[in-house]
Amino acid sequence: MGRPAAATRPGRRRGRFEHWFYLSPALVVLAALLVYPLYQLVLVSLYDYRQAQVSGAQPLRFIGFDNYATLLGDPRFWGVLGNTVVFAAACVVGTLLVGGALAVLATRLRPWVRTVLFLTALGAWATPAVTGSAVWLFLFDPTLGLVNQVLVGVGLEGFAGHSWTYEKWSAFGLVGAEVIWCSFPFVMVTLYAGITSIPEEVVEAARLDGASTLRIAHSIMLPMLRPVLAIVTIQSIIWDFKIFTQIYIMTGGGGISGQNMVLNVYGYQQAFAASQYGLGSAIGVITSLLLLAITLVYLRALRRNGEVL
Amino acid sequence: MRIPRALGLVCATALLASCAPAQSTGNDSTADEMTGTLRVWLFSEVNQEPKEKVVDEAVEEFEAAHEGVTVDVQYIPVDTRAERFRAAFNDPSSAPDVAEFGNTDLAGYVEAGGFADITEDLSAWDEAADFSPELAATTEVDGASYGVPWYVGMRALYYRTDLFSEHDIEVPETLEEVVEAARELREKEPDLLGLSSGGAYTYGFLPFVWAHGGDIATVEGDTHTAAIDSAQSRAGVELYSEVLSEDVCPPQTCSEMGGNDSVQNFVAGRAAMTIGGNFNLNAVEESEVADDYAVIPLPGTEPGSIAPAFAGGNNLGVLAGTERRTLAVEFMKLLGGKDYQLKMYEAMGNLPTFTDVQAEVAQSSPEMEPFIATLEAGTRFVPVTGAWSTIDAQTVLPSMMQQIAGGDATVEEATAEAATRMNDAFSGQ
Repeated sequence: MGRPAAATRPGRRRGRFEHWFYLSPALVVLAALLVYPLYQLVLVSLYDYRQAQVSGAQPLRFIGFDNYATLLGDPRFWGVLGNTVVFAAACVVGTLLVGGALAVLATRLRPWVRTVLFLTALGAWATPAVTGSAVWLFLFDPTLGLVNQVLVGVGLEGFAGHSWTYEKWSAFGLVGAEVIWCSFPFVMVTLYAGITSIPEEVVEAARLDGASTLRIAHSIMLPMLRPVLAIVTIQSIIWDFKIFTQIYIMTGGGGISGQNMVLNVYGYQQAFAASQYGLGSAIGVITSLLLLAITLVYLRALRRNGEVL
Repeated sequence: MRIPRALGLVCATALLASCAPAQSTGNDSTADEMTGTLRVWLFSEVNQEPKEKVVDEAVEEFEAAHEGVTVDVQYIPVDTRAERFRAAFNDPSSAPDVAEFGNTDLAGYVEAGGFADITEDLSAWDEAADFSPELAATTEVDGASYGVPWYVGMRALYYRTDLFSEHDIEVPETLEEVVEAARELREKEPDLLGLSSGGAYTYGFLPFVWAHGGDIATVEGDTHTAAIDSAQSRAGVELYSEVLSEDVCPPQTCSEMGGNDSVQNFVAGRAAMTIGGNFNLNAVEESEVADDYAVIPLPGTEPGSIAPAFAGGNNLGVLAGTERRTLAVEFMKLLGGKDYQLKMYEAMGNLPTFTDVQAEVAQSSPEMEPFIATLEAGTRFVPVTGAWSTIDAQTVLPSMMQQIAGGDATVEEATAEAATRMNDAFSGQ
C-alpha cells in the first residue's frame, strides 16, 4: 500500500482476485469437509435435538446455550475434563520422551540396528488402534494374559489374577502405555530426521570451540530442532486430547462406573449411545475450542521465543 | 474493515438462527400395496442356522399364500441395532416393513415415531388373547400395541450339585440363603466364585431389588420418578453388594462382568452358582459341568417365593413407514404366531410367549420347568419410556453397583446419585 500507486494499480487489481482463484479448489474442499460439519456441530449444540426430534416425532426446540449450561453445571463433566487433561498431558510427555530418546539413540546406532529399530517402530505405528488395543488387552488379561503369567513365573505371586483395569490409575496407565507405544514412532522418525538435518559443520565448530556434549545438545541442537519439536508436540497434544479408540476398547467404554471416561468417549456416549445429539455436540464444540486454545497458546509462546513455524 | 466484519458477524448469527438441524418429515405412510417385496429385519445369532431354517419355512409358506410377494429377510447384528434402527427411522426408504427388536428398546423407538400402532390388528386376531399378559405389556406404550412378543428370556439360579452335596450345603430357599451359600462355598473352594454375578449384570441384580419390594422407578400418569433410592430398593442393592465382595465374587474380577461373563465363569467351571437364562442352557449342557448342575428359580425373600424376574425378550413389529402395511401385519402374525413360536422354541430354545404354548413346552421339556415357573410367578420390566435407552447407555445402574462394590460410595450415596441421574433423564435433560 505504501508503494507507488501508478506502478502497482493494474497488478494489484489482478492480484486481489487472483490468489482467491488459485486458492478456490482448496477452499471448496475445506469448506465442504471442515466448515460445514463444524457449522452443523455448533448448530445442533444449540437445540434440544434427540432421536424423537431427528425422526420428526417431536418439534425442534431452540434452547440457546442450555446444553452448555447443563454441561458446565454437571460435576461429572468437570471430572471427565480433568481426566482428559491429565491423561493427555501424561501421554504427550511420555510420547515425546520415548520418541526423543529413541531418536537420539538411533543417530548413534549402526545402520542395520537402526533399520531394525525403525522397522519395529513402524510396525507399532502401522497397527490399527483397534487391533493394538485388543492385543494389549490380551497381553494384560487377568488370568490368561502373558504379562501376569510371566510376573507370576518370576515369583511375583501377587499378580495371579490381578486386574490391570480395575483401579482407575492402573487402567489409565495401561491405556497410556498403549497410546505411547503406537504414537512414539511418529515423534521418533520426525525428530531423527530433524537431528540428521543439522549440518555437521555447526556441531563440529562448536566442538572445536570446546563445547561439551551437553552444551552442544542444549545450545545448538535444541534450538535448531525447535520447529520440528513444535510440530510433534502440537500433533501429540491434538491426538492425545482426542483419544477415543484405546479408552473405548481397553476400558469397555469408560471403565468401571465411568472412572476412565475422557471427553471424546463421553461425547460419543451422550450423542450416539444416549441419542442426545444436542448435548453430545456441545461436548464436541467444547473439545474443539479447548484444542484451539491450547494450540494458539503454544504457538504464541513459540513466537515470543522468536520462532516461526 | 470494521463495519463489514461486524456485518458478517450479524449475518452469520442470523443464518444460525434461521437454519435448523435436519429433521425427517414424518414416517407415516398411507400406501398399502399388496404385491412386491416385503423387507424383514431379524437379529443375527451366534448359531444362526436353526433360526434361518424356521424363518425360511415361514417365508415359503407366506410367499405361497400371497401371489406376487417376495419376502427379503436380512439378519442384522444386535450390537449395531441402535444405529440401524435410527437410520431406518430417519430414512423410511431404507427401512424394513417388519422388524425384530428388543423389548427394552421399544419405548425409545415409539417416541422416535418408528413403529406402527397395531392395536386394532391385534384385537382382530384370535391368537392374541393367549399372550401372557405381562409379556403383551412389553409391546405396549401408553396403552397402544406396537408389536407382538416373539419370545422371552427368563433367568434362574444355576448351581453345581456336586459341590453342594460334597460340602453338605442345602439348596437355598431365600435370597439371603443364596448369598450365604455362596460365601460358604467360596470358603470351602477358594478358587471358585461363590456366585458369579457381575456389577454390570443389571438383569442379574434387579431381581434382588424387586424381591425386596423396590423398583427402578414409579410411574404416575406419564411421569416417571426414580425409586432406586427407596428403602426397599436399597435393601435389595445392599444384599447384592454382598455378592460383590471378596468372600463371594471379588470386585477385582466381578465388577466389570455383565451377564455373558457371569455365565461364562459357570460354564468354565470357575463358579459354584450363577444367574443364567434359558438361552444359556445349551452352553451349559455342552460344558464340562453338564452332569453336575441343576437350575431352580431364583428365590425371593421368603422361603417358597420366587424373586420377580426381568421380562426381557424380543418382539416383532411393523415399521410406521411401511408401504405394505397389511402384508407386514400378516407376516408378523405368521412368524409371531403359535406354530412358529413352537418351531422357534424347538430350533433355538426361545421361550414362547403364549401361555398355552408355554404349558406345552413345560410338559415336554422338564429342563424348561424352572424358567417357566419363574415366568408364571410374575415378571417385571424396565420403565416404559424413551429415557430408559438414555439411562441404559449412560450405564447408570452398573455404575451405581460398581461404586458400591469398589467402596467408592455407600449404598445410600450411590442409589441417591443414580436416582438423580435417572430423574434427569426422565425429565428429558
